[in-house]
Amino acid sequence: MTTLALFGGVYSNPFALRAVLADSAARKDQKLWCLGDLGGFGPDPETCAELLRAEAVDMLQGNYDHSIGHSLGDCACGYTDPRDNHFAQVSYDFTNACVSESTREWLRGLPPQARLTIEGRRVLLCHGSPRRVNEFLWNSTCSDAFLEWLCDEYEADVIACTHTGLHWSRALPGGRCVVNVGAIGRPAHDGRTSVWYAGLAFGPGGVARVDFREVAYDHEALAAQMEEEKLPPEFIETIRTGWWTTCLENVPAKERMRAMAAK
Amino acid sequence: MTVPAPIPASLRVPRQHLQPFHHLDTLWIQVAGTQCNLSCAHCFVPSGPGVNRHEMLSRLEVAARVAEGLAMGVKEIYFTGGEPFLHPEIERLVESTLAEAPLTVLTNGTLFTTRRVSWLAGLSRASKYSLELRVSLDGTDAAAHDTLRGAGAWTRTMHGLRALTDAGLLPIVTVTDHTRGNPLEFATKVTAVLREEGLAEPRVKVLPLFVLGRQAERQGHSPGKRPILWMLPEEHFDPHRLQCGSCRAVTSRGVFVCPLLVDEPEARLGHTLEGSARPFGLDFEACYTCWMTRMTCANG
Ligand code: SF4
Ligand code: SF4
Ligand SMILES: [Fe+2]
Repeated sequence: MTTLALFGGVYSNPFALRAVLADSAARKDQKLWCLGDLGGFGPDPETCAELLRAEAVDMLQGNYDHSIGHSLGDCACGYTDPRDNHFAQVSYDFTNACVSESTREWLRGLPPQARLTIEGRRVLLCHGSPRRVNEFLWNSTCSDAFLEWLCDEYEADVIACTHTGLHWSRALPGGRCVVNVGAIGRPAHDGRTSVWYAGLAFGPGGVARVDFREVAYDHEALAAQMEEEKLPPEFIETIRTGWWTTCLENVPAKERMRAMAAK
Repeated sequence: MTVPAPIPASLRVPRQHLQPFHHLDTLWIQVAGTQCNLSCAHCFVPSGPGVNRHEMLSRLEVAARVAEGLAMGVKEIYFTGGEPFLHPEIERLVESTLAEAPLTVLTNGTLFTTRRVSWLAGLSRASKYSLELRVSLDGTDAAAHDTLRGAGAWTRTMHGLRALTDAGLLPIVTVTDHTRGNPLEFATKVTAVLREEGLAEPRVKVLPLFVLGRQAERQGHSPGKRPILWMLPEEHFDPHRLQCGSCRAVTSRGVFVCPLLVDEPEARLGHTLEGSARPFGLDFEACYTCWMTRMTCANG
């Protein structure tokens, strides 16, 4: 049995990052990967970069990392709504202003994708989707037919991605699967203050078992630091309530209705 | 050897931008043809009562198109018209399609009975895929909307939107921006108006105004080919920017490059989806609007 732990979307939240690293270490996962997006949203990208580099965590380059690495003008998250873009720009400008040159250089050098073979299964790690770093793969807007096509086209038995911030997995007929590992930098729009990452277990039969792991962290300390940095109150509300207040417009009906029903 | 002198720009033959086809992400099916209960003054695909330029598709035709799309790995399906809820078998079409893929239905929101709304809500809750209902508005008040859509249309659409919301559905409201002002201000205004009308969590998608169909006639345009995108330098052409790299639209007349150009014979790419998976020359004025506004007809 091999376990592969995957997380994404650190979003400048060192409190959650420390908690996730400790959780994975306690579970003795054989492999640990971050699927990208160091910055955005939270108050402290630099400490996150130091933690990831000190622990030598394998990491992909997300859209945010590409943008910050190359000092581009925006995060290239791919929002279409003007209000979402407004808030995305606020956190991008904040992040861009506080990362060091050495962090930028490290981000520039990260690979956009990685391929592993575990127990004979071809595992493709990517950020948005295998074909686009900022594609949003939501559970309710990907047909089985489309996910099968992705696995065929990109020659993978397991595809793991992040970028949307909401975790899900789909087992496809024939034993292949697609996993979105969610994000650890902000809650999953579920009214809980904790965050989520994924553990994939590979047995000799090859079929992956996917567990989502909920991790609590000192979110009050994070909120206090965000207040100190004068980040938008909308962001701080999300950290304290577990409900998203921004970047909601492209969340599909199913995911939004689930949140509404739970509120 | 002599180096030939560069050809002056004025003598160069304009190059056509060829949009490659990447993959079928969004399949548009014009289930209702051009049948509509309204006949709006700015309709892109001029529709109305008794308009049969494109015919309604039968249940078997729709099922065959969905199957073709699934075989190509289609990500999401969109139903359009005219007005899809005029189709006599719309409920069976919605139910069987949603079982296979995420589905969005574009509607004017004037035909929702109480029974139909609760049926939609039940189906939406039980489905593993999203069922999106997209309702279109013009402008931010009854006067603007009714000028284009006919007296009383705003009230009926608001009634439909409230009924959907009260049943726990979250319709997307698409609003055409006739003002061409600041998009954030416009979207904020629309959201505020919808809240006042009693929608708890309004979802708003702003669309640019396309010079197509009746809108083109209103503006005294002859719609169709104008060599406008040709004037962009080739190196500015990004083959991933436009939705026509990943969509196709099906009507009773065949497969078209995108939902905007179903009345252009040259935008008809064939009879089968597989056979229409090929590059397309961006020769139309609408292409220029798509390019400039980065607009997609899809939800995201
Ligand atoms: S714009 Fe929509 S509602 Fe109006 S006539 Fe055209 S199809 Fe019907
Ligand atoms: S109108 Fe827009 S979507 Fe259609 S072919 Fe032209 S550029 Fe593509
Ligand atoms: Fe991302």
